[in-house]
Amino acid sequence: MVLCQNSPAGRLCPPIGAPRLLSATDPKPLASTIVRDDEAKLVSAAKAGDAAAFEELVNRYERKIFRLGMNITQNREDAEDVMQEAFLKSYTNLDRFQGDSRFYTWLVRIAVNEALMKLRKRRPNQVSLDEPLNDGEDPVFREIEDWGPSPEQKFAQTELNDILNSVIGELDPIFRVAFLLRDVEGISTEETAQILGISEAAVKSRLLRARLKLRQKLNKYFRRSEPQ
Amino acid sequence: MNCKKVILELTSYLDGVLDSNMRADLEQHLARCTDCRVVVDTTRKTIQIFCNSEPVPLPEDVRQRLHTALLDRFRRNAKTI
Repeated sequence: MVLCQNSPAGRLCPPIGAPRLLSATDPKPLASTIVRDDEAKLVSAAKAGDAAAFEELVNRYERKIFRLGMNITQNREDAEDVMQEAFLKSYTNLDRFQGDSRFYTWLVRIAVNEALMKLRKRRPNQVSLDEPLNDGEDPVFREIEDWGPSPEQKFAQTELNDILNSVIGELDPIFRVAFLLRDVEGISTEETAQILGISEAAVKSRLLRARLKLRQKLNKYFRRSEPQ
Repeated sequence: MNCKKVILELTSYLDGVLDSNMRADLEQHLARCTDCRVVVDTTRKTIQIFCNSEPVPLPEDVRQRLHTALLDRFRRNAKTI
């Protein structure tokens, strides 16, 4: 959970849901008094015009959405655009949010769509969101070598980050997104299926291929023998 | 259970959602198959390494631009109410 940065203790706030206009002398909205876990109340208040309630949702999720954008697009400017568009679109379309999923799930869906659009714009002939044809590779039993107990400790943190960014960037976007949502963001299979508009079985299938491909790509760095 | 079936069930096994009979069969196979044991172990480590990796920080200038854009949208929205 991301800690809210705009919650000065002891500040008086208007009643929940009361529209609050922002003044030029105090442009930072007052923090909502709603407890952190009560996302539905924040959304209701935001729908009623409470800008501070929406800002609290932003404070809660901005880091996660930026990280997701970075991990999908592998580009800081794109990630910033993805984050801005996700929050602005979710604010503009808040009335359309029916509450049949968590707000966060809906927000992630918008962010994923924005990020995939960025990828398609960048490489229109290379990025397909269709299920890739079998490339003939068997990612499972080509290289079977033990890694030892803590293989990541062979590398300094910066070097490890570069390796992880590199291998995840090599995955097809549909596998990359499935892996990021399930294994990095910790979103359930059911919610990942909602976000991607596919079945849970398809999520599991993509996740399996993503995990196996990443394992194979990391093998050259982490196997017990010296890295290449 | 054979090696192919282990791979098919790998995601459910690592996520802890495999039913108990299937899990017992799979673990019996792992006890006698080194290759599958290594694949399961290294796949589990793959997930852990990504989970434990340093989160991408949100740069302050990027955060400020987001909040400025939101503030602008809030103001425009307030004018139309």
